[in-house]
Amino acid sequence: MILNQFLLLAAILFCIGVYGVLARRNGIMVLMSVEIILNSVNINLVAFGAFRDHVAGEVFALFVIAVAAAEVGIGLAIVLLIYRNRRSIDLTEADLLKG
Amino acid sequence: MTPAGVLAASAASGDLFVAQNVFFGVIALVMIVSAIRCVTTRNVVHAALWLVLVLAGAAAQFILLGSEFVAVTQVLVYIGAIIVLFLFGIMLTKASMGDDDSVAGEKRLMAGLVAVLLAVVMGIALVDSYSDTRVVIDEPQRFAAVSDAIFSQYIVAFEAVSVLLLAALIGAIVVARKE
Repeated sequence: MILNQFLLLAAILFCIGVYGVLARRNGIMVLMSVEIILNSVNINLVAFGAFRDHVAGEVFALFVIAVAAAEVGIGLAIVLLIYRNRRSIDLTEADLLKG
Repeated sequence: MTPAGVLAASAASGDLFVAQNVFFGVIALVMIVSAIRCVTTRNVVHAALWLVLVLAGAAAQFILLGSEFVAVTQVLVYIGAIIVLFLFGIMLTKASMGDDDSVAGEKRLMAGLVAVLLAVVMGIALVDSYSDTRVVIDEPQRFAAVSDAIFSQYIVAFEAVSVLLLAALIGAIVVARKE
């Protein structure tokens, strides 16, 4: 297998995730797009780990999975709080700090 | 050499059409289509279900790369826990159930432009740097090697992650709790 096929797949997934983060206004959809981005990074880490024949790639992919789980927990709690205060999770409406 | 000639030469040397590459292509196609559907579909519940396909495809790619432990963790943590968390989040915020009309036109254009530009830049950089680097997987990574590395070389990072998870757990409860 060529290393580049995995790297290009990860790059495409990363760009789709970036599109989702920028285009969606629903808070939960933004969190899902961030998950796609983190997954593409994991594919990169594991591919380089296999390429170098070193366990570091896998170890850090596991760390990324753990941090992603924490991130989703906190993110959903924040989205829930926004919904409770404003009856909407449209992120363009959450602009209290905007000058 | 013409592309067809390259294809024929690779096929003759049993290079391009080995089972791994065929499976890679199929899974990659499924992942890309599901990811695009996930970020463009109007129904948020459907988006979560498309996300399951992306995550399962990533697990399959990890198996292709010979690291089953990451694949199993991916299935357990992502598909088992995070998707359920997302579905609960969708159900608890009733406003987001069903149609989501927030996919605005102008924003979508700019976001698409940014994504395409990013894809072109990264694609050129990758093709330039790794165009004929090969991954050779002669045997799957052993669990023992991974756990040895976690509990010796990366023990500080491991402990930091465990403290982070605890902090996130308490933080999520405090943030989402009713007064």
